[in-house]
Amino acid sequence: MTVRIVVLAKQVPDPETPPSQFKIDEVTNTVVPSNGVPPVVNGFDLNAVEAALQLRDAGADVEITVLSVGSNFVMDAMKKPLAMGADRLVLVDDEGLDQLDSAATVKVLAAAIAKDGPFDLVLGGRQASDWDQAHVTLGLAEVLGLPLVSLVQKLELNGDLIALQRVIPDGYQIVAAPVPAVLTITNELGEPRYPNLRGIMQASRKRPEIFSLDDLGLSSGSIAPKLRLKRLFVPESNQQVELIEGEDEADSGKKLALRLREEKLI
Amino acid sequence: MTSVLLIAESDEHGQINQATLQAVTAATDLGEAEITVVIAGEAPGSASSLAVEKVVTISAIESADVGIYEQVTADLAALVSSTNPDVVIFGKTDFGSVVGARLAFRVDAAFASDCIDISGTGKPVSVTRPVYGGSALAEFEIASSPAIVTLRVGAFEPSTVTGSPAVESFSSGTTAEQCASVSGTVVEAREGVRLEDADFVVSGGRGLGGPEPFSVLADLADVLGGAVGASRAACDAGWIDHSHQVGLTGKSVSPDVYIAVGISGASQHMAGCSSSRAIVAINKDGDSNIFKEARFGVVGDWEKILPPFLATVRELKA
Ligand SMILES: Cc1cc2nc3c(=O)[nH]c(=O)nc-3n(C[C@H](O)[C@H](O)[C@H](O)COP(=O)(O)OP(=O)(O)OC[C@H]3O[C@@H](n4cnc5c(N)ncnc54)[C@H](O)[C@@H]3O)c2cc1C
Ligand SMILES: Nc1ncnc2c1ncn2[C@@H]1O[C@H](COP(=O)(O)O)[C@@H](O)[C@H]1O
Repeated sequence: MTVRIVVLAKQVPDPETPPSQFKIDEVTNTVVPSNGVPPVVNGFDLNAVEAALQLRDAGADVEITVLSVGSNFVMDAMKKPLAMGADRLVLVDDEGLDQLDSAATVKVLAAAIAKDGPFDLVLGGRQASDWDQAHVTLGLAEVLGLPLVSLVQKLELNGDLIALQRVIPDGYQIVAAPVPAVLTITNELGEPRYPNLRGIMQASRKRPEIFSLDDLGLSSGSIAPKLRLKRLFVPESNQQVELIEGEDEADSGKKLALRLREEKLI
Repeated sequence: MTSVLLIAESDEHGQINQATLQAVTAATDLGEAEITVVIAGEAPGSASSLAVEKVVTISAIESADVGIYEQVTADLAALVSSTNPDVVIFGKTDFGSVVGARLAFRVDAAFASDCIDISGTGKPVSVTRPVYGGSALAEFEIASSPAIVTLRVGAFEPSTVTGSPAVESFSSGTTAEQCASVSGTVVEAREGVRLEDADFVVSGGRGLGGPEPFSVLADLADVLGGAVGASRAACDAGWIDHSHQVGLTGKSVSPDVYIAVGISGASQHMAGCSSSRAIVAINKDGDSNIFKEARFGVVGDWEKILPPFLATVRELKA
């Protein structure tokens, strides 16, 4: 029997964008897309794609659907999970869907899952690197009424149960959950695989399936935000570094220690 | 008057933890706040001497141990529905992150995680939270109540004021359906001080080039009675266990001295150490971001700088 997995994946500005190129338009309270740095699929979401592929590698018959809610999708970025080995790409693509708060995002994701489901597993990333909220996947579990295990670093499917390792601050917990379940995946799972040439070729031939809000029976009024963004700004830093320079690097190391002692820091 | 439910947590010794004490400060600063501290367990423990109005115990702890905070979420949902607070505050710990989010979606309330500031009288509440890994700050207004928030650990000073709150107990009468079950815990062996509590932290990054150099960092930490941290890049490379990761998705530390060795100073890393008293950077690239955040720095190769630094520190400490 095929295990249907949906992986939630968000398109985000590349978090590796150098700080000097990170700009905010303080009138519209939005990040100015930086020239020449294309958006990417959120890093933890690629970990989630990797998790789904590992279940396939372990012998399960899985169908992997990647689901994203947003606007202005860049196909080169969004097809990466397909190139890694995912089967389908479903986009909820409508105006303003890249500006939703978590409550609204959860509503749209839940509606898309209701339309495209049922799924045996919902895998999300640990957090999205734009708003760093870390709660869309958790909220979705509540709304769908499914068991939730967050911060998963290892998973193994045994019939109707899934065996998991959940990261905690000083180690991990050994957890079992019934399927269907919602999981958030963290980078401790391991690096997402690189797409190979065959994967890239296959992905280039696949077309995303696209839903509008209307298709999901939603209107922009039904996904009103609970949080109102008042101001988005780059904090000022007035830290001035004192560089310690000795005759050579070894001498600098020694002088650094003496300087820290002078300041009573050590 | 702002009614606040503050969800407390205890540490391994049964004392109210730092994150909770910090949340008490944040709640008190709201002004005219009526603070109720909620704690899971039979006894209020050290919560009974907090400078707050009331302490409510809920006895969810045993069931919470079996699942992942499921009973405590159910109990809190019932408590929130029956008391209608303006604000519900958690520390941004593992517990707060999971229960805060679940609670918010269960009672259909607004949720803001990892806040470094909160103000307002309840209607509306304003919160500020770092976004884009800490490259920007976002200020939000929450008009509906309750506003459920988690506070970044280290963003507020822990409360030192004491009081004598009334103590009550609350029973939701519900038994949460056990969804996931925890059958065991594997804990990374730790030597010396806890990273989160250390007054001195030395962290290594990708610039260390491998696992071996972390033993030099450990020697330095030993001499100074501190702890070893790491960047995510070093942890992901497998050079050191992830429990040492400092940053947005790792631990928050606020030592007197934070030494970053071979770490570029990405905003997501700084998110975990920027409340340190002094940041010291050792990096061979003078243009790297860490020098914009550090108070002291040496530009150069750590392999040449660190051994004489360690030797001098040893002499000073002898
Ligand atoms: C959502 C999200 C969450 C994240 N959470 C975290 C987190 O919690 N913690 C975290 O650390 N990162 C986190 N990151 C990753 C972060 O963005 C950076 O990628 C990471 O911190 C880089 O680690 P690094 O500084 O060790 O490596 P690099 O950025 O590669 O820097 C290595 C540095 O070493 C220096 N160097 C090289 N050789 C030497 C030498 N011989 N002597 C001296 N210096 C040398 C180089 O000049 C360079 O500056 C997160 C990223 C995202 C997107
Ligand atoms: N617009 C979106 N489309 C698809 N998945 C999303 C979206 N927003 C958030 N997610 C998923 O939810 C996770 C947590 O996001 P967040 O709570 O915003 O940090 C992400 O890692 C994604 O897996």
